[in-house]
Amino acid sequence: MLTEFGKIFVFILLAVFFVLIAFFLAKLIRPSRPTREKLETYECGENPEGSPWVRFNLRFYVVALIFIIFDVEVVLLFPWALSYQDYGIYGFLVGIIFLLVLGLGMAYEWRKGDLEWARPKQIPPKLKKIKEELTEAVME
Amino acid sequence: MNLYDIIFYIFAAITVVSGVITVTSKNIIYAAFSLLFTFFGVAGMYVLLGADFISIVQIIVYVGGILILLLFGVMLTNKVTSTDIKSGSVNVLPAVIGVALFAGALISIIIRTKWTETPGEIPLSTAGTLGSVLLNEYVIIFELLAVLLLIALIGAASIARRTKEETN
Repeated sequence: MLTEFGKIFVFILLAVFFVLIAFFLAKLIRPSRPTREKLETYECGENPEGSPWVRFNLRFYVVALIFIIFDVEVVLLFPWALSYQDYGIYGFLVGIIFLLVLGLGMAYEWRKGDLEWARPKQIPPKLKKIKEELTEAVME
Repeated sequence: MNLYDIIFYIFAAITVVSGVITVTSKNIIYAAFSLLFTFFGVAGMYVLLGADFISIVQIIVYVGGILILLLFGVMLTNKVTSTDIKSGSVNVLPAVIGVALFAGALISIIIRTKWTETPGEIPLSTAGTLGSVLLNEYVIIFELLAVLLLIALIGAASIARRTKEETN
């Protein structure tokens, strides 16, 4: 007899053993003749250049923070959604106020432009001068 | 030793082993990834204790959210020039004293508590009960949680905006 979480546990076991058995079989079958080129980091066929530890844009972190806040909001809404019908309009209003307060935050973010991805300022190449030079060269 | 105990010991082993790796690993990325298994093992223990909602929250928020944030933090804060990010040990003696005191307090609580064994029934789902409690006794706390999340949201946004002005 299995509970619902027992089924999930069986799925987890299946997932783990699927990967482990696949790796083990591949280890048994495949030939192992490493060369220097094979062991190099694969970077789309190019020679790897520079450190992989580049500093990432801070915007990723902010988006992740906003994601977690709305994640927690959804988690808090699950128990409310399961039981608000038993309380009629009162239960509904409690949830609406909760959502409105968070909607205020969402509106604030939206208005202040925090949800927009800040792109680095692009400096366009001066085409006009080159074009003038080219036309002069052609005229001559 | 029945199946329940075996599953408990599997999750306990996952939690403890990955927790030890988290603390002892020199590479901070390995530490972060082993923390993932610690959170997962704790979620499994919540399931075995019959706290289904808490375990799902553990998976959604901690494994899915906080850990990603941690990895982002690692990627954002390391120096570009140093290729290996190592974590060292500082202030060993004060840490040992603090941990020893905390562990002593925990062990004394464990010894003093009278553990009662509950019959092994299939526990009911707790999410609905939690919801009705949130709508009755703790309705103020429920709304205050929204305000707390709002504060966190605006705080995160304002931190981001200040750095944007600095870079421009």
